[in-house]
Amino acid sequence: MNVVVCVKQIPDPADTGSLDPVTKTLKRDVKLILDESDSYGVEMGLQLVDAAGSGEVTLVSMAPNAEVGGIRTALAMGAESAVLVSDEALAGSDALSTAKVLAAAIARSEPDLILTATESSDGYTGTVPVQIAELMGLPAVTFGKEIEVADGVATVRRQTEAGYDQVECPLPAVVSVTAGVVEPRYPSFKGIMAAKNKTVIELDLAGLGIDPATVGWAGARQEITTIAEAPVREAGEVIVDEGDAHERILAFLDDLKVL
Amino acid sequence: MGISKIWVYGETTAAGATAGTLELLTKARTLADSVEVIMAGDASAVAGELGAHGATAVYTIGDLAGALPGGRVATAIAGAMEAGNGPDVLLAATSYDGRDVAGRLSAKVDRPVLTNVIDLVADGDRLLGSTPVFGGSTDVVTGFTDAGLAIFLVRPKSFTAEESGGAPAAVSEINVGELGDTDAAVVKDRFVEEMSGPKLDEAAVVVSGGRGLGEADNYEMIETLAKLVRGAPGASRAVVDAGWVPYSYQVGQTGKVVKPTVYIACGISGATQHLVGMKGSANIVAINKDEEAPIFGIADLGIVGDVHKVLPKLIEALQARG
Repeated sequence: MNVVVCVKQIPDPADTGSLDPVTKTLKRDVKLILDESDSYGVEMGLQLVDAAGSGEVTLVSMAPNAEVGGIRTALAMGAESAVLVSDEALAGSDALSTAKVLAAAIARSEPDLILTATESSDGYTGTVPVQIAELMGLPAVTFGKEIEVADGVATVRRQTEAGYDQVECPLPAVVSVTAGVVEPRYPSFKGIMAAKNKTVIELDLAGLGIDPATVGWAGARQEITTIAEAPVREAGEVIVDEGDAHERILAFLDDLKVL
Repeated sequence: MGISKIWVYGETTAAGATAGTLELLTKARTLADSVEVIMAGDASAVAGELGAHGATAVYTIGDLAGALPGGRVATAIAGAMEAGNGPDVLLAATSYDGRDVAGRLSAKVDRPVLTNVIDLVADGDRLLGSTPVFGGSTDVVTGFTDAGLAIFLVRPKSFTAEESGGAPAAVSEINVGELGDTDAAVVKDRFVEEMSGPKLDEAAVVVSGGRGLGEADNYEMIETLAKLVRGAPGASRAVVDAGWVPYSYQVGQTGKVVKPTVYIACGISGATQHLVGMKGSANIVAINKDEEAPIFGIADLGIVGDVHKVLPKLIEALQARG
């Protein structure tokens, strides 16, 4: 079984980041890492290929510049190869533009299953997985907690407000997976070394046959009208626990009459 | 000038329309001449409630019969647009199904989506959406630059649901059209996980645990405390990523937005990712051993201390009250 896992390389969330005052987009001049949200899809893809006994995991990613740091991490985990779409015209891409590019890149390999995170850690729109599915004419199951594949059908536990739904979906299909559902493996030293020699195919928009006017700034068809400071919440009292802090909390809750 | 027609994607449970749906209707009726709902399932059961919150009509695609709603609702909206009866704006809540509807529709009719919206503002005949960035320290207002359907995914709790006294919404069926392979996923079974207390996004008290709890077993303290204060347990992203609790517990930018009367953050440092989801709480109590933790910057009562010492005493004291 061949699985494509969509991965995003993002600025390290430990850096707070800032907006470029001129372009009004996130400054991207920092080193990019693999979005931790995507490590669950990579792990799940590797496990599914293992269970199937054959096939491989291919990564598909998009970045305005040809950054590969985060992709190498996922290759070191065990993915076989990667496709990276880079093009200056992709700067400013929104979720739909991203989905158009990823869908075109995924379609080149005709995989059985396409895995994504439910949302990226920096953009967190949460719409890309279904947008990819719609553009490719495929079914999608979002918010997957568990996936089993047998006889060309994926059985997915889909998170719901009340619990979960058991959903059956014929392949090929797009499944987005929530965080924490598998334990992503740490790349081994051997894996890290092997990753350096794995193939990363770099494509641009022309190579995918995508009109630059339909993606990036032009494709987003949005403009920021204002950027304003949000109201600041004031800090209250901070005390050091001397063994009786629980009494302060109780008194606080009593005052609010919530008990 | 002005926005003529807004459609709200209506979501329901056995108890009726979801809070997110009614919040969107309440806001929508202040923005457009006509507010209508599109939904799956039995619309007549909620027509009164939807009408009372501002909807004049509700269109249902009928019984899903196990299908997922995203593709079907999106196809019905696209069909209405093609027939010239579509809306100018589609509002959906940032929910599991709301995102599917918005994403499917976006790709189907080639229109972008504005996501994570926390406020909507009319600007002539277009609608602008406000989105928090950098952990909620900055609000960015965005609008679409061309005419055509404007799709917004709005975070629940952005507005307060209020009745307008409107008559029940007129119910009618709407044609779904052809979906092909995109409709192939089928719900075979539904599992309801036992929930003894109130729901996370409805509880008056939310008790959340973070990495400071140390290990998965210690999360039990959060559940015990939540039960004692008749609240709901929540979690930071770190704890969800570690697999201690499911995604549905997550409070924050990539999880739920909660606005309880009291939010008790235990062993949560207060990453911007988390603050976005809870800083609208009326009162915040934080327990963390690091006095420099950002959570203390927004807490009304901050306890610099060890959750492993404070929580057992708090639990014991509450149990003693009976």
